[in-house]
Amino acid sequence: MISLTSPHRTRAHDWPAGLKLAGLCLASTAVFLTDDPWVMAGLLAALALAYALPGRAFLRAGARALRLVLPFVVLMLVWHLFTRDLRMGLMISMRMVLLVGLANLVTMTTSLQGMMGVMRWLLTPFRRLGLPTHLLETAIPLTIRFTPVLIARADALALAWRARAARRPGWRLVLPLMMQALDDADHVGEALRARGGPLKPAEQED
Amino acid sequence: MERKLAHVALFAAMIAALAYVPQITLGFGVPITAQTLGVMLAGAVLGARQGAAAAALVLLLVALGLPLLSGGRGGLGVFAGPTTGFALGWPLGAYVTGLIVEKLPLRPAGLLAALASVVGGILVIYATGILGFSLVTGKGLMESAALMMVFIPGDLLKAAITGMLVQGLVRARPQTLSWYRPATAGRRL
Repeated sequence: MISLTSPHRTRAHDWPAGLKLAGLCLASTAVFLTDDPWVMAGLLAALALAYALPGRAFLRAGARALRLVLPFVVLMLVWHLFTRDLRMGLMISMRMVLLVGLANLVTMTTSLQGMMGVMRWLLTPFRRLGLPTHLLETAIPLTIRFTPVLIARADALALAWRARAARRPGWRLVLPLMMQALDDADHVGEALRARGGPLKPAEQED
Repeated sequence: MERKLAHVALFAAMIAALAYVPQITLGFGVPITAQTLGVMLAGAVLGARQGAAAAALVLLLVALGLPLLSGGRGGLGVFAGPTTGFALGWPLGAYVTGLIVEKLPLRPAGLLAALASVVGGILVIYATGILGFSLVTGKGLMESAALMMVFIPGDLLKAAITGMLVQGLVRARPQTLSWYRPATAGRRL
């Protein structure tokens, strides 16, 4: 499973992940303070520059990640065209793009390990309270490992369907997929038990 | 304990894998993804606590930067976008779905699962989704709700499919469902 971290190394890759996340929180809050479209446009230009500086590949990946807000930008602009409050529509649209763009920037420049480090740090108080946070350390790699396995299973099921039926495969494939996942889970559970259970808190300190 | 952990992790992986199942497009052009089907199934099959854990695990991995949402979306940007409320509602939706199948003595199991999915997978997730959309875009709750109505038919379809899948699971392997009580179990001699 490939993380969304940009393979194109930027200087921001070396910054501490916690610092970037804290900065993101601050910046995202600050975005709500301004009410001036020109300030917002300036911020957007700065964001675009931040995406463009590391090179074309980085910019393209960033633009692709921003696609998810595009329908909503269109929706907001059309909506406010009807209510004759285009300034408001522009503000909302720019703020949406800015918020998502900032967040994606952090994701693109932070490795999975860096993120997990911050997560572990954030969980410290819960660990102190005695919550079994170490279960998460076992569950996360399991899910990451098994997602491509199950995708391959789904593909195999779809192929088997196509070999036998003229109609397109649909929701019916979900039942065998789910039963296979449940079988896998039983096997993995037994294997974990045979190896002494999930990672213990002491073993994850490395 | 290991078994529960493995169930949560594998169901999370299944929710992620369902993102790659091709989208079904409804007659009037609204795409629906199979992922909320996975969330409904997590609640209906694993029950409230483990179902919610599986849904939350997917969100955690998305936040860590993995592209596990439909269309290869992922990363922190998902949680800043206008649809964040829908994603954040997943664990609660799975929890409510699971709670209903565990507590409500209704038969057949498929009907119960479908009903639970309507409440947990649609009512709850839309409630958080509409709230999130309203917060991000600054639209009123009613306006936001009106915009979301186009997606309701697809989600009703998914709730019905959840019911059929659970019914299939009951027929094939009822012991998987911890909440399932065979017809005679309630009035044992």
